[in-house]
Amino acid sequence: MAQVVFTLGDDISTDAIYPGRFMATVLPTETPQFAFADYEINARLKAGQVPAGSVIVAGANFGCGSSREQAASTLKGHELVIVAKGFARIFLQNSANLGLRTIICPGIEASQGDELDITATRVVNKTTGKSFEIVPLPKARQDIIDAGGLIAYTRKRLLEKHGVGRIEN
Amino acid sequence: MGMTVVQKILARATGQASVAVGDVVEPAVDLAMSHENGALVMNQFFEVYKNTGHEPKVWDPSKIAIILDHRVPAESAKTATNQKKIREFVAQQGIAKFHDIRGDEGGICHQILPEHGYTRPGQVVVGTDSHTTSHGAVGAFAFGIGATEMAGVWALGSIFNVEVPATIKVVVKGELPQNVLPKDLILHLIGAISAEGANFKVIEFHGAGVKTMSMSGRLTLCNMSVEAGATSGIVPADGETERYLREEAGVTDPLDLVTPDADAEYARVVEIDAATLVPQIACPHTVDNVKPVGSVATVRVQQIVIGSCTNGRLDDLEVAARILRGKRVAKGVRMLVFPASWRIYRQALKQGFLSDLVNAGAVVMNPGCGCCLGVHEGALGDNEVALSTTNRNFKGRMGNPKSEVYLCSPAVAAASALTGVITDPR
Repeated sequence: MAQVVFTLGDDISTDAIYPGRFMATVLPTETPQFAFADYEINARLKAGQVPAGSVIVAGANFGCGSSREQAASTLKGHELVIVAKGFARIFLQNSANLGLRTIICPGIEASQGDELDITATRVVNKTTGKSFEIVPLPKARQDIIDAGGLIAYTRKRLLEKHGVGRIEN
Repeated sequence: MGMTVVQKILARATGQASVAVGDVVEPAVDLAMSHENGALVMNQFFEVYKNTGHEPKVWDPSKIAIILDHRVPAESAKTATNQKKIREFVAQQGIAKFHDIRGDEGGICHQILPEHGYTRPGQVVVGTDSHTTSHGAVGAFAFGIGATEMAGVWALGSIFNVEVPATIKVVVKGELPQNVLPKDLILHLIGAISAEGANFKVIEFHGAGVKTMSMSGRLTLCNMSVEAGATSGIVPADGETERYLREEAGVTDPLDLVTPDADAEYARVVEIDAATLVPQIACPHTVDNVKPVGSVATVRVQQIVIGSCTNGRLDDLEVAARILRGKRVAKGVRMLVFPASWRIYRQALKQGFLSDLVNAGAVVMNPGCGCCLGVHEGALGDNEVALSTTNRNFKGRMGNPKSEVYLCSPAVAAASALTGVITDPR
């Protein structure tokens, strides 16, 4: 069970998730402080009031705009789960690559404070009693998610290609 | 069944006779582009090599391009340090296609790549920038990726797990009227199909209105295809592609002018009558909130911006100079001009466009992304309104969530600079 901590409409851009003025900050260890910097949830996130696994519910085309990976790493840093009616391509890809959990749920209806139960195929809103179907992620992303993210996947592919190198300690 | 341009490109890049929509493929990359976010790519690249026993070495330094453009010259110590790290990496790895902050070779990545003939028809081009879609203008399959994905490309030279995208065919009938520009065409299309209308799909541009369009206009169309969610925009290579690459980019190698099969299958066909089009405005705060100029003609603006990878080319500056020549920017209006590259800057200087603009009251800035992404310069004050030829009007985009950005063509921007309200240039 997870609580909805924030709800948003359609077309939430990466400028909203991670404003351009913080783009000089790139490291995943440093980006979480600027998550939704211009929204009130930023203060709650920074104060540690949002537990890992909490859910943000959004409309269609979440993460549209820039390819900035900070938009995924900033949310991953708080271990948030994003349930949206739809996602923009690059954001969805960055999320899979960094291990940010994204759920495509075209019919989702939820308000802040609702409790959700997310199964493999459905999102159940325990507060309203309604249940919504999940659309599976594009199959191209699943291998990368299964490998534990793109760094691990790339490392695996590198070792497959070149063999294990001489490790010096 | 025939293939679209992108299917043909992906078939070649994967060594197959054909690919079908939905196939998952791993194409070889012909060009991998980054800008300042190369600093993050480097971080992820070194992370990949950790404990592998292998020395971090890019797969092919001749196929990597890094162009500093987003925050030039650096606005902060942090940016300057990132740029310094990139320079060190470029030297250490032998990356040749590096464009530093210099008046002889610098500019915006999406201008530098075609201008130097780095992007060619038939190529697979990836970039850590969403507007990498621009390079579809020369007939390449070009799309934006994240920094970690780019680290994989740097290591292994291919892009993992690409799902062959479906294609939307856009047919532009007729030609654009005077002072209605390619920007109006692409804004109209985005408004018609919505900001997610082409998500996970490619937009292939056809029709007389595209055939007769110069490379500059084609770059504008493909550049903004991503604002409809498209993986890429693409104009099938033709005589103009060849002319541009030979005459302007100085390419002498053989070119592979990839065109779609006559029986290629499209997810959707959209027809646009260019001849009846009027200037278009994307209103705050989404790019698909598009209206004809007449319906917002009373909106007062404080900042006019001409430039960016969308509309900072020579013909854009020429349109603006022609409208402003001998006149004055309205009082209370700041007009900022960012040529897309230093080559364009020098051409515009030589042809007198820059002096026309400056004499009218415009401020000509150094080439680069400038105020488009709200990080560097030209930020807006509270409750101010900008009218800009850039590509995004998201809330906060120009550095202030309490401001508004309207998007338009260079002709609308210049005409509006004279009046201080959104103005029809016709």
